[in-house]
Amino acid sequence: MYRYDEFDHAFVTSRVAQFRDQVARRLAGDLTEDQFKPLRLQNGLYLQLHAYMLRIAIPYGVLSSRQLRQLAMIARTWDRGFGHFTTRQNIQLNWTKLEDAPAMLAALAEVEMHCIQTSGNCIRNTTADPYAGVAPDEIEDPRVWAEVIRQWSSIHPEFLFLPRKFKIALTGAAEDRAAIAFHDIGLRMVKGRGDNAGQIGFQVFVGGGQGRTPYVALLLNDFLPREHLLSFLEAAMRVYNLHGRRDNIYKARIKILVNALGADEFRRQVMAEWAKIEKPSIDLPAEEYQRIAKYFAPLQLATLPNDDAAVAKRRASDAGFARWLRNNVMAHKVAGYRIVNISFKEPGKVPGDASSAQMEAVAALAEQYGHDEIRVTYQQNLVLPTVALKDVVAVYDALVENGLATGNTELITDIIACPGLDYCSLANARAIPVAQAIALRFANPAVVDDIGPLRLNISGCINACGHHHSGNIGILGVDKKGTEHYQITLGGSPKDDAEIGGILGPSFPAEEVPDAIETIVGVYKAGRTSASETFLAAYRRMGAKPFKEALYGAPKPAAQRIPEGV
Amino acid sequence: MARRSPPLNVFPRECEMTKLWKNGGFAADVFVAVDDATPLPVATPVIVTLKRWREARAEVLALAVPVGLAADVTAALDPASDELGRLALIVIPFQKFTDGRGYSLARRLRDEFGFRGEIRATGEVLIDQLPLMLRCGFDSFVISHGPTLRALAAGQTSQVPEVYQTAAYGRARTTLRFATRPKLAAAE
Repeated sequence: MYRYDEFDHAFVTSRVAQFRDQVARRLAGDLTEDQFKPLRLQNGLYLQLHAYMLRIAIPYGVLSSRQLRQLAMIARTWDRGFGHFTTRQNIQLNWTKLEDAPAMLAALAEVEMHCIQTSGNCIRNTTADPYAGVAPDEIEDPRVWAEVIRQWSSIHPEFLFLPRKFKIALTGAAEDRAAIAFHDIGLRMVKGRGDNAGQIGFQVFVGGGQGRTPYVALLLNDFLPREHLLSFLEAAMRVYNLHGRRDNIYKARIKILVNALGADEFRRQVMAEWAKIEKPSIDLPAEEYQRIAKYFAPLQLATLPNDDAAVAKRRASDAGFARWLRNNVMAHKVAGYRIVNISFKEPGKVPGDASSAQMEAVAALAEQYGHDEIRVTYQQNLVLPTVALKDVVAVYDALVENGLATGNTELITDIIACPGLDYCSLANARAIPVAQAIALRFANPAVVDDIGPLRLNISGCINACGHHHSGNIGILGVDKKGTEHYQITLGGSPKDDAEIGGILGPSFPAEEVPDAIETIVGVYKAGRTSASETFLAAYRRMGAKPFKEALYGAPKPAAQRIPEGV
Repeated sequence: MARRSPPLNVFPRECEMTKLWKNGGFAADVFVAVDDATPLPVATPVIVTLKRWREARAEVLALAVPVGLAADVTAALDPASDELGRLALIVIPFQKFTDGRGYSLARRLRDEFGFRGEIRATGEVLIDQLPLMLRCGFDSFVISHGPTLRALAAGQTSQVPEVYQTAAYGRARTTLRFATRPKLAAAE
C-alpha cells in the first residue's frame, strides 16, 4: 500500500496545525460559526444530534494493521470504544468533543491518516473496488490512480467551495464493485480498442448519485488515456464549479447540471475546457506516476495448491464454516489464495459498527495471515484481500471468537444502513432498528442462503446515505405526520446493470416492515424459475405487479361506467 | 413615550475599515471604481464594468490610464473580443466566501487566457481562503473583515505550505511560502 514520504507527512502535520489554529480562532470569536463551519467540515467534523461526529478518511478503503489498531485506540480513548464504517469506505466516530478533535487528528497523522475533505462541498474521499489488486477479473489496479486522485484533490485550491459535495469512485475490474454509476464521477479502467489498442485508459461516467433526485451516471468519455486523467478531471470540475447551481442546495450536485444540459452539451463544454487547459502542468509526470505505482506492486506470493485437505475436511463437517466459505471467501488472482470478507452484519447488530476489540482482532488477523492489509467495503464490511487458502480455517475460528464470522456477504442480511435518526441531524426516521429487525427476521442462515443474492439497503431520509435507491430492495424512512414510516422500492442495482428502484406503494410503519419484506421475498421465491434466478432477475422478469398485489391486495376494479341510456 | 432609536454606527471606523493587501503587505489602492452612471474620471486608474468595457472601450482607452475590469462570475469573458490583454486589472467578487466560482474564473484567466495583469479579490475575503486565492492566481485582496486585517497586520496567514497541485503553484506573486514535491515542481 501507499506509504507517506516526508512531503506527505509534512502536509498532514501542517493541516493539523492549521485546524488547531482555526479551532482556537473560533473559540476566541475571530471566526463566526458560519465562517468556521466549512473549515471544520473540510476536516471531517460534523455537528450531529448529540455530539460532534468525526469522519476519518480511509483512502479508497485501504488500511494497514497499524492503522486499524490506531483507529481502535482513538475510538477507545476519545469516543465510546466503537466506530461505524460508512458507505464511503470511511469510518465515523459519533461521540467526539470539539476540543479533542485536534488531538485525534494528530493521532491519525501518526499513522498516515487524516480527515481531510471527508465532508464539505469539496472533492471527498475517493472510493475504489475493495478487491483492487487481487481480483481475478482486474484489468489494472485502480488504487494507483485512486492515490493520484487523493493527492491531487487534497486542498485543491480551486475546488474547495464547489456548489455541493463531489464523489469519485474507481474500478479496474470487469465487475463493478465500486458502484461507479452512482457517483458524481465514476471511472472504469478499460483496454483501448481501435486507435487506442494497446493502451489503458478510463471510461468516464458523470452525474450519477442518489439523494432526493437519483440518477444513474451518463457516459462522458469512452476512452480517456490514463495519463490525462487529472487534466480531464480538472476540466470537468471547472465546468461544474462555474455552472453548477448555487441557488438551491437540493439542485446543486453535478447530476442536476448534467441532466439539465444533457450529456452531449455537458460533454461539449468539458471537451472545450479540456482543449484549452494546459495539460502538462496538471497531468501527473510519468516519473511521479511510477513513484506512486511502486507502492502497489503485486505481493510476491509463492503459488500454493488451489485445494486444501484441512479446508475440505472442515467444510464437510461444519455447516457454518461451509456457508461462510461459500458466501464470504472469494477467488484471488493468485492460485492458492483467497479474498476473505468479514461481515459486520451479524443479525441484531448495528450494520457497520465495529468495536475497538473487533478492530484489533481484524488487525491481528491481517498481520498474521493477511500480509498486513485490510480493505473497507462500501457495504460497511471489511476484507482481508490476501489470505492463503491453508490459513482460512484459522482465520474463521478467530472471527467466530470475535462475532465476525457471519457468512452473509451480499445476502439479504448484509444490509447497508445509514446511522439514521439515532445519530443524524438530517434523518426523518431511524434506520438501525429497522435493519436489526429485518436481519433478525431472517436470522436463519439456511433461509438466507435459499433466497440467494439480494441487496437490501436502508436510508433514514431522502439524502439516501444508506443507498436505498440502488438496493434490490430499498427502504426509505419518511416522516408521516410525526411518525416514522418506511417506503419500499424494488429493482435497484448498484452494479454494471445499475438501476434506480421503483416505489412499490404506500409506506409502512416500522413494526410492519419485516412482514412486508417477508411477503416480498415470498413472492420472489414462489415466482422464480429456479433457485439460480436471483431476486433482481426475477423482479425484472415478473414486474412490480405481483409484489404490489401481495402487499396491498389486488387493485380495486376501476369504477364501471354506466352506459348511457340504461 | 417616544422610544429613542438606538445610535447607528456604534463602531464606525473600526468596522468599515477596508484595506488593499498585495505583495505581502498593505498597499494604497490607486484605482477608482465607477459604475455605468458615473462619468469616467480623468488622470486616475479606473475600474469599469464589463458593460462599459464592451460598449465604450474606445472612450475608456482614450483616458490613457491603467484600466481595471469589474468582472462578474456569471459572465463569460472572451479573451479575444474582450481584449483582456489591454486590462491592467481584473476584479473578481466573492459575494459569499462559500461561492467558489471566483477561483475557477481566476484559473481560466491565468491558465487558459494567459492574463498577466493583476487579479484582485473583493467581497468576503477571509484569512483562511486567501492562500487558496493566491494559488489560483489572485494577487491582490480588498479586505474588510476585522480579524483578517489584524492577522495580516501581524504577519499571520493560514495556509498549508505543502501543495500537491503544481498548476497554479509558483505563478502567484506571493510572499507566502509554498512547497511542492521536487518532481512535480520540475515538471512545471
